[in-house]
Amino acid sequence: MIELTRDLVDASALVERATSPRVGAVLMFLGVTRQFDEDRETASLQYEAYEKMALAELARLESEARRTWPISECLIVHRLGLVPLGEASVAVVTASPHRSEAFAAGQWLIDTLKERVPIWKQEHWVDGTKDWVHATELKK
Amino acid sequence: MRVVVKLFAGAREAVGDSEISTEIPDNSSIRVLRESLLKRYPTLQPLLPHAMFALNAEYAGDDASIPEGAEIACIPPVSGG
Repeated sequence: MIELTRDLVDASALVERATSPRVGAVLMFLGVTRQFDEDRETASLQYEAYEKMALAELARLESEARRTWPISECLIVHRLGLVPLGEASVAVVTASPHRSEAFAAGQWLIDTLKERVPIWKQEHWVDGTKDWVHATELKK
Repeated sequence: MRVVVKLFAGAREAVGDSEISTEIPDNSSIRVLRESLLKRYPTLQPLLPHAMFALNAEYAGDDASIPEGAEIACIPPVSGG
């Protein structure tokens, strides 16, 4: 299941959905708005997506993960719009019979999401300035 | 042909518009589109060399040719998560 939402991410509902007697391992990753980036203080983050393509890329991630690992559940939710400090911008939940597959799939999903899915964050600093986050060093 | 390119995030703000257009020869590649956009929209200069492009919501390499009527998007380095 993949979803883009402008609402609070309900982490416990996602875990509940992935938990069943068929699995031995349920893993959740939450990406949360961090207050300090080194010495600069963040007030909030704003997220924007090319929604049609972000949904298509998320669907590709889910099917690739399901092909690679024996996971019985794969839930990816990304929040858009303003995400206040301490709230989740992204949740990835994987469930599998044994923990190693859930960890491996979860790690790959969040790493690949961050490389590939057309979603962008804008830092809103406490001093009132804003910066889009675009890593402009050339990709290896 | 006249093509319209969707812009997002920093690229959108650099131009001040969420869509831009330019004229390129029929069946041009993404590479040709990049060069045309650089000339026409100099404020994209810092970001464009690092941006990817998508045709019909799928990443397309610089050699891909642009079909007439394709939905074209400029994808600056992503930062979701």
